[in-house]
Amino acid sequence: MLTSRTSPEQLGDLPQRAEVKGRSLWRDAVGRFAANRAAVISLVVLVMIFLFAIFGQILSPHEPDYVDFMLRGNIKELGVPSMENQHYFGLEKEGRDLYVRVVQGTRISILVGVVGSIVAVVVGTLYGAISGYFGGRVDNIMMRIVDILLAIPFMFVIILLLVIFGRSPTMLFVGIGLMSWLNMARIARGQTLTIKNKEFVEAAIASGVRPIKIILRHIIPNLAGIVVVYATLLVPELIITESFISFLGLGVQEPQTSLGALISDGASQLNYGTYWMLAFPLFFFLITLYAFFFVGDGLRDALDPKDR
Amino acid sequence: MFAFIIRRLAVAIPTILVLVVLSYILMFAAPGGPFNAERPLPPNVLENIEARYGLDQPYWKQIYDYLVNIVFHFDFGPSFKYRDRTVSDIITQGFPVTLTYGFWSFVVAVIVGVSLGIAAAVKHNSILDYFAVGVSIGAQSLPNFVMAPVLVLVFTLWLGWLPGGGWNGGEWQFVVMPVIALSTSYMASIARITRSSMLEVLNAGFIRTARAKGLPMKRIIFRHALKPAILPVLSYLGPAFVMMITGSVIVDSYFSTGGIGQFFVNAAFNRDYSVMMGITILMGVLTIVFNLVVDLLYAWIDPKIRY
Repeated sequence: MLTSRTSPEQLGDLPQRAEVKGRSLWRDAVGRFAANRAAVISLVVLVMIFLFAIFGQILSPHEPDYVDFMLRGNIKELGVPSMENQHYFGLEKEGRDLYVRVVQGTRISILVGVVGSIVAVVVGTLYGAISGYFGGRVDNIMMRIVDILLAIPFMFVIILLLVIFGRSPTMLFVGIGLMSWLNMARIARGQTLTIKNKEFVEAAIASGVRPIKIILRHIIPNLAGIVVVYATLLVPELIITESFISFLGLGVQEPQTSLGALISDGASQLNYGTYWMLAFPLFFFLITLYAFFFVGDGLRDALDPKDR
Repeated sequence: MFAFIIRRLAVAIPTILVLVVLSYILMFAAPGGPFNAERPLPPNVLENIEARYGLDQPYWKQIYDYLVNIVFHFDFGPSFKYRDRTVSDIITQGFPVTLTYGFWSFVVAVIVGVSLGIAAAVKHNSILDYFAVGVSIGAQSLPNFVMAPVLVLVFTLWLGWLPGGGWNGGEWQFVVMPVIALSTSYMASIARITRSSMLEVLNAGFIRTARAKGLPMKRIIFRHALKPAILPVLSYLGPAFVMMITGSVIVDSYFSTGGIGQFFVNAAFNRDYSVMMGITILMGVLTIVFNLVVDLLYAWIDPKIRY
C-alpha cells in the first residue's frame, strides 16, 4: 500500500475524513484501561481509600489520642466494635478509638508511599535520562553508582538512619526516598537509550538546542508512560517497606501511627482474643496494596505497547 | 570466565567499601559517643578510654583499622551496649539460626514455587492453573509481617499444633512457621515467573519437534523445557535473597528465634551502633556474594551468555 496512488476523487474526501476524531496514544490507553475490569474496580476502591484517609475523621466523634478510660479496664468485652458508642472498629490496646487510628494510619502509610514515589519519579527520571542521553563514560559512571547502591540491603541502612537521627516521618521520607529512585533511574535510562536516536531528537540537536533542554523538553515527556506505571507499582512497595519498619517499632512514633504499627499492636494482642485490633488495620493494609497493584498492572497493560 | 569474575568483583568491592564508609559516617554523625554517660567521666579518663578503642585517631585511620580487622580477623569491634561481648560473638551466635531457617525457606520457596509454576504452565487454563495464579497473586503482596501473626493465630491459638515462638535448638516444630512466613511471598513470585516463562518455552519450536518425534511429556519438560524456562527464575533469586535477609528481621523479632535479626532490632532500640553496623555490613557482603554466585550460575546454564 506504500506506493498506491491517490486518485483525485479520494483526495476530495480528505476534508471530510479530517473531521473524524483522532485517536491519540493517551486516548487509546484510557480505552484499554477502562476495558480492564479489575483495574477499574481497584481504581474506585483506591479513590474510596483516599477519601477515607483524608475525611474519615469527620464520621467519628472521637479524637485520635483520646483514651476512653470508661472502657479501658475491660477492652476485651467493652472495647468490641459497636455502633452504639460510636467506636466503629472498637478500641485499640491503649483504649483509643481504633477507627480514628486506622484513618490516621492509612493516611501516613499512603503519604509515605506517595512521597517516596514522587521522589523516585523526580530524581530517578532525571538521573536516568541524563545518564542515558549523554552515554559513554558519564553513563558508565552513573550506572555503576546505581549498581553499587542497589546491592546495599537498604532496609538496614534506613533503620540505621532512623536510629541515629531520630524516628520522625521526615527521616522516614528521607530514608525511603534514598532507595526508591534507583530502579526508576535504570528504567528511565533504558527507555532514554531507545528514544535518543529518534528523528525528533536529532532534529533538536541539529537546530542547536542545548542538551539539558533536549532532556527536559523532548526526552522526559516521552518517558511519561513507563514512569507512571512504575511509580504506581512503587507506591505499594514503599508502603510495605514503611510498614515493615513500623512493625518492628522503629518507624513513626506515638501519637502518630501507621498501618504497620497498628498491625504490630494488633498482633501483639492476639492471645487476649481481641481479633479486631489486627483485623481492621490488616484489612485496610491489604486492600490498599491490592488496589495499587491492580491499578499499576492495568496501567502497564494500557500504556506498555510491548505486551499487546 | 576469569575476566568476568574480575569485572564483577570490580563492582562488588567498591560496594562493600561504600557500605562501610556510609555506615561509619552515619555513626560519626550520631549525637553522643559510646562513653557519654549521665555523669561525665573525668577528661583524662575519657581520653584514656578513647585511646584504648582507637577513637582518638583521625577518621580515615579508624575506618581503615575497622576494615582491616574485619577482613583479617573477622573482628567487628566491641558492642557498645554489652561490654563483655564483641559484635563477632553476637554474629556467630545468631547467624546459624538465621542460616538454618533461611536455607529451608529458600529450598521450600524454590521447589514449591517452581513445581507450582510448571504444573500451572503444563495444565494451562485448567483449574490447577487458575488456582496457582490466584494463590500467587494473593500471596505475592502478602508481606511476612502479615503472614507471621496470621500463622500464629491459626496454628498456635486456634489449632494448637505449633509453638508460637522460640527456637529450642532448631527442632522442626519451631522451624516450620518461620519458614512459611519467610518463604510465602517469594514462593509466589517464583511460581508466577516460572509459569510465564514455561508457557513461552512450551510454545517454542524445539518443543514441538520433541513432541512430534513422540517423546513422553515428562521427558520433554525436564529434559528440554526446564533449563531455558528456569533462567528468569535464576535472575529473580538475587532480589529474593535480599527479601529473605530483610524478612529475617521480622521473623526473628516476631518468633523470638534468637537469630541475627533479633540482635539487630535490639541493637536499634539500644542505639548499639557497632552491632548494627556489623550486621548491616555482613548482610551487604552476603548479598553481594550471593549475586555473584547467581551470575556465575546464570552464565553456566545459559550458553548464549559470553563473558
